Amino acid sequence: MTYSPEVRERLETDAKEIIGRYPRPRSALLPLLHLVQSEDGYVSDDGQEFCAEMLGLSKAEVVGVATFYTMYKRKPSGEYNVGVCINSLCAIMGGDQIWDELTEHVGVGHDETTTDGKITLERLECNAACDFAPVMMVNWEFFDNQNPESAKQLVEDLRAGKEVAPTRGPGRLCTFKEASRVLAGFPDGLAGEGPAASGPSLQGLKIAKANGWEAPVSDR
Amino acid sequence: MTQLTPVLTKNWDLPNSFTLDGYGEYAAAKQALTMDPDAIIQMVKDSGLRGRGGAGFPTGMKWGFIPQNDGKPHYLVVNADESEPGTCKDIPLMLANPHALVEGVIITSYAIRANYAFIYVRGEVLHVIRRVQAAVREAYEKGYLGTNVFGSGYDLEVVVHSGAGAYICGEETALLDSLEGYRGQPRLKPPFPAVAGLYACPTVVNNVESIASVPSIVTNGADWFAGMGTEKSKGFGIFSLSGHVTRPGQYEAPLGITLRELIDMAGGIREGHELKFWTPGGSSTPIFTAEHLDVPLDFESVGAKGSMLGTRALQIFDETTCVVRAVLRWMEFYAHESCGKCTPCREGTYWLKQVLKRLDKGQGTEEDLATIIDVSDNILGRSFCALADGAVSPVYSSVKYFREEYLKHFEIGGCPFDRAASTVWGKA
Ligand SMILES: Cc1cc2nc3c(=O)[nH]c(=O)nc-3n(C[C@H](O)[C@H](O)[C@H](O)COP(=O)(O)O)c2cc1C
Ligand code: SF4
Ligand code: FES
Repeated sequence: MTYSPEVRERLETDAKEIIGRYPRPRSALLPLLHLVQSEDGYVSDDGQEFCAEMLGLSKAEVVGVATFYTMYKRKPSGEYNVGVCINSLCAIMGGDQIWDELTEHVGVGHDETTTDGKITLERLECNAACDFAPVMMVNWEFFDNQNPESAKQLVEDLRAGKEVAPTRGPGRLCTFKEASRVLAGFPDGLAGEGPAASGPSLQGLKIAKANGWEAPVSDR
Repeated sequence: MTQLTPVLTKNWDLPNSFTLDGYGEYAAAKQALTMDPDAIIQMVKDSGLRGRGGAGFPTGMKWGFIPQNDGKPHYLVVNADESEPGTCKDIPLMLANPHALVEGVIITSYAIRANYAFIYVRGEVLHVIRRVQAAVREAYEKGYLGTNVFGSGYDLEVVVHSGAGAYICGEETALLDSLEGYRGQPRLKPPFPAVAGLYACPTVVNNVESIASVPSIVTNGADWFAGMGTEKSKGFGIFSLSGHVTRPGQYEAPLGITLRELIDMAGGIREGHELKFWTPGGSSTPIFTAEHLDVPLDFESVGAKGSMLGTRALQIFDETTCVVRAVLRWMEFYAHESCGKCTPCREGTYWLKQVLKRLDKGQGTEEDLATIIDVSDNILGRSFCALADGAVSPVYSSVKYFREEYLKHFEIGGCPFDRAASTVWGKA
């Protein structure tokens, strides 16, 4: 399958905008691959061909890059990419148990998608949210402080089409394709939603305020 | 007792801290752009600011390496790839206070005579990317970025670039390759990025927190910054407590604070438990135990005790935790993230993972313990980049402090710990 002329034209317009951001075109390759995922849900063959054409690279060069990075999916994936952090800290705080119960419950393993095309499960490395352990991510939004029950409920809600909101993110969850478009550098207008900071992020500040602690005042 | 010093975290409890309304008007950048760029570099040198991305290289000195009047474009690249296990400070910082970073980018770019800056954010943090994109856009709209910044005649373009999932892209030269559209694999140094970085042009790569600290130095002065911290590790930093503490979270404090003080503030180790081991600066820094509770958390003191301050990523594990399991999971991470460029790292991490798996299951022998040290000896210092050195840190340090625990695994033919007891919901 190749892109229809309309899709192709739309993608080209976006691609040119992306390329225009950089002093050298090839720097646009990672965002272009995110753009392809926003169209196809994975880095399709056509998509990689498209990137190669836009940047004057060989397809092999594009594939060589795409296969290096874990966020680029090599096969169609679910509408919701559900990840569980299983790096040491989260694993020990309960991530392992979450993963075990969740895969059992959903019936698919790592990098596998449910037959309804809704959910892809993924084992994640540390997502820089360790103070909120155990951590899950859905379409790269934070779902902090999870437990086996909340994890299963989350997946149930996603499959039932219920609205779910990340703990530190916008009021509603985007699809994988929508998320990929933001990563390609096209904002979706949701930056203002959700808290500035919450929970653990504010612990130190809270304690400082309660004790009247401040950084020294400069003599300027 | 050491007191916390909120600077970068100070506005995080405002609901709009991530907007210009919640941040302020870039007074530091305005002031900086009236200064001689060299005076800014000198000021940052005098402040004693050292890189907050792990290695602690003096920031002003790094800027000073950029050749001047060389006729080439200069670049600033902000390393916002935060992926070292345990490290979780830049992400909340960019979520709550992205303007501190953008303002720091303006000042730094001006100081090093760059007209182009990139913020390379790991791709797996969608909302953080939205916030940084929005902050950059707001700054453009206000005339703080683009052509003729603040009417000063200085031009600066800033691009927010999303990564695509690869820990190694946090290594500065791999990051540059990635930003140029290649596989993210480290480059041979020298030449250093200051001489031949992005597109082979002089480039400064700095961590998010390093750059975000710059506006406060311009506003308050080098002496103010240098007045905090210890003799050679000056200023404040964000300390990230995670794991088995009562109140995990971000604690901004002068360098030199101790874990004992921090755990105290965090309400102690979770109730009914005691500290077993911890990382001072992420999984790549050798683990410490309760005997290190009073080590000042500055570059020199932590180094003198055989570990590294790293990114102040304090992962706390209590006595319910199996150290072999923790080390195995870290090794699985390194084996997965090894970029494959050099043999000792690519093959070595793979073998360490296999042997550790066996040890964890209680199917190892005492010989396997010698093997993991031997394999580590063949990785350490013989690999191309610091990922590999980091990978063996947990091996050496865990065997050093917990040899008996490894032995216990094969004595009883399994793991002596109850995993459920370590979980957040586990009752012990
Ligand atoms: C494997 C590896 C991963 C790294 N990841 C990061 C990272 O995510 N963020 C970061 O700022 N520095 C990281 N570094 C350190 C960078 O190479 C570099 O030292 C740092 O960005 C310099 O900035 P600073 O001087 O402001 O600390 C990493 C280094 C290695 C070897
Ligand atoms: S040490 Fe590991 S990560 Fe670094 S270049 Fe070699 S293979 Fe790649
Ligand atoms: S270990 Fe899970 S977010 Fe860091």
